[in-house]
Amino acid sequence: MLRLFAACLVAGAVSLAPVQAQTLRFGLMEDPDALDPSLARTFTSRMVFAALCDKLVDIGPDLKPVPQLATSWSLSPDEKALTMILRPGVLFHDGEKLDAAAAKYSIERHLKLPGSQRRGEIAPIDRVEVVDDLTFRIVLKTPFAPLLAQFTDRAGMMVSPKAAERLGDKFSTAPVCAGPFKFVERVPQDRIVVERFDEYWNKDQIHIKRIEFRPIPDGTVRLTNLRAGQLDLLERLTPTDLPQVTRDPKLKVGSTYELGFQSIVFNANRAGSAVADPRVRAAFDLAIDRTALNQVVFGGEFLPGNQWVSPKHPAYVKEYPLPKRDIAKAKALLAEAGIPKPSVTLTVYANNEAPQVGQVIQAMTREAGFDVKLQATDFTTALDAADKGNFDAYLYSWSGRPDPDGNTFSFLACKTPLNYARYCDPEADAALAAERATVDPAQRAVAWKHLADKVMADRPLIYLFHRKLFWAYSTKLSGFTPYPDGLVRFGGLTLN
Amino acid sequence: MLRFLVQRLALAIPTLVIASMIIFVLQQLLPGDTATALSGEERDPEVIAFIRQKYHLDQPLPVRYALWAGGVLQGDLGESIRLQKPVIDLVVEKLPVTLELACLAMLVALVIGVPMGILSAVKRRQAADTIANGIALWGLSVPNFWLGILMILLFSVHLGWLPASGYVSPFVSLSENLRAMVMPAFVLGNAIAAVMMRHTRAAMLGVLGSDYVRTARAKGVSPLRLILRHALPNAAIPIITLGALEFGQLLSGAVLTEQVFSVPGFGKLMVDAVFNRDYATVQGVVICTATTYVLLNLGADLLAAFVNPKLRRA
Repeated sequence: MLRLFAACLVAGAVSLAPVQAQTLRFGLMEDPDALDPSLARTFTSRMVFAALCDKLVDIGPDLKPVPQLATSWSLSPDEKALTMILRPGVLFHDGEKLDAAAAKYSIERHLKLPGSQRRGEIAPIDRVEVVDDLTFRIVLKTPFAPLLAQFTDRAGMMVSPKAAERLGDKFSTAPVCAGPFKFVERVPQDRIVVERFDEYWNKDQIHIKRIEFRPIPDGTVRLTNLRAGQLDLLERLTPTDLPQVTRDPKLKVGSTYELGFQSIVFNANRAGSAVADPRVRAAFDLAIDRTALNQVVFGGEFLPGNQWVSPKHPAYVKEYPLPKRDIAKAKALLAEAGIPKPSVTLTVYANNEAPQVGQVIQAMTREAGFDVKLQATDFTTALDAADKGNFDAYLYSWSGRPDPDGNTFSFLACKTPLNYARYCDPEADAALAAERATVDPAQRAVAWKHLADKVMADRPLIYLFHRKLFWAYSTKLSGFTPYPDGLVRFGGLTLN
Repeated sequence: MLRFLVQRLALAIPTLVIASMIIFVLQQLLPGDTATALSGEERDPEVIAFIRQKYHLDQPLPVRYALWAGGVLQGDLGESIRLQKPVIDLVVEKLPVTLELACLAMLVALVIGVPMGILSAVKRRQAADTIANGIALWGLSVPNFWLGILMILLFSVHLGWLPASGYVSPFVSLSENLRAMVMPAFVLGNAIAAVMMRHTRAAMLGVLGSDYVRTARAKGVSPLRLILRHALPNAAIPIITLGALEFGQLLSGAVLTEQVFSVPGFGKLMVDAVFNRDYATVQGVVICTATTYVLLNLGADLLAAFVNPKLRRA
């Protein structure tokens, strides 16, 4: 046994993997789900798609749309038709040409594939028309301002029609797209391997030969692997691990604020629950010190917020700045509501951070008279309770979308799937319809203000803060730029 | 011997059927449903309805069990809803990894535990006994997760001798495979070595005090022969039984070690499947683990009967 052990150690010392110099090893927080842009639903699968599947449009670091597979686009005056022109000479990984017919096929597949997660995102599309070899027109049932933003994500990913037809609903086993890397293999829970696509339209920007995506759910283990040289890059470093990384001369950190939000959803229609009274929800809101919460739990690294977009976002409604904590007012509101000591159960995920956030909120609201009970559960259980309305308050995270519509419509419009608060208000619905009806920034700003007028008063949910996404990577890696959608752009990355 | 074997096999079948039924029903008690868990952030009602229908989640429980059992009889364990891959493929992919890890861990446990147990029994109440007991206590009390992280920090981060994670198939590179498995096998085997040591010690003490050993000693049998030829075969029966049970546990209980060293085995598969309410995968993994467990117990009984012929007639 000892000899075997010694032999292994010697073998290890000799073969410390120089062959991997051109392979980027990327540590993911979870194993992605199905690698089919129409069916995929997790944030982590988007990390892999960034290598495999280019989109019609990308977003720049400033959140503005930039050309990717489509080089230009124009909206008709009535905003009901979007005409896009494709980049010439783009090939899918199987050698098939990306033309207008292929784009039409991909968009229709997103709309029609049974179980497609994209259908809801681009539901206002009526039909797609091929204009010429590289031009296609998307005709909408009604104007839909977030359409272009939807094409910066999975709904804008183009798949090879030939491969999609051949593989059907098994497309995820060997995805064929038009991204910088092609699929090689996947061993569930171990690795996903992709390899540089030599006929990629922008191949001069791709300096890495292979990428190995390795799911390592535990944050400590992920970081240890980076420190041991088993990984070159990892996503979602926990803020508490930051000092370890900054102290290490062989590691670097990249960060950006998320597009999403962290919030508390109130079950505003629950009979017998204290939170059914809007004054109680207002008191709860006033009892929270967002800046202190951020300081205590996240070392001040996150961004306190009070709206569906962060205070740094162009669509932030400036008339409603971050509220200050006001215990006296909170107590007065509770007295007015006739519930001086409301009891509220707060459902949180049993992960590393959410229970801590819950505890701080519990302590803060206690000073106003609240008796908050924490209920920590796994993700699916919490979701089930939210779906069935078996909760008072629910600490809820949303990963965010580039267009603010993606952070509001499904949560606040009447009878939408993520509206766990069961909020239904005609004025809020009108504001949401108005923001969808035009791409004009000035008119949309008015709509956002109207929505804020209602939501800030009714508080079906209160927004608490916006996370910062951290990446840690080896100093061997250069050219890394954080993007607000939390995804890595592999173009321009170099491994030395 | 054949009758013994047939009897044992006949008992194994109802055991497996009952195990599969229990796990099928227990899973339904988990709060939350698969379709909602897998419908993505958007929770599109059409997607939820599609998943329900495709995976028969809209059918009553007995119908679903019958559909599943019918598939199993034809070698089809269903499809993982999350990974969209046949469960049998996942099992075939993961089982060898976990089996290898379990075998290596058992090897570590045997190599450390049995000699230490013998030494401790022979040198009862001497310094060697105290030291061996101390080591066993340490092995039992050290959490796997913590020991794993410490070993990674020492051997991977500081010394750079061993990979911190990952798995390479022995058919690709045996040396890389062993390098990747040394630490997880040690961590996993460590705790079992302690249990082995305690059981070996107790069994050996019992045998060493018996009349036939005293007689053998009086007849002038050498101490080494006395231990290896006369005492150990009798003491081995409880050790074999324990080994089989521990091995069975290793198949399903290596979750933490697999997480720390990112070994893509059964444990990780199971944990992910439970959290995602991926019923077909949970069910498939459980039935395979149960089958292996039953076979191991059968193997242990046969081995015990082989070592001690009296048991064949029992």
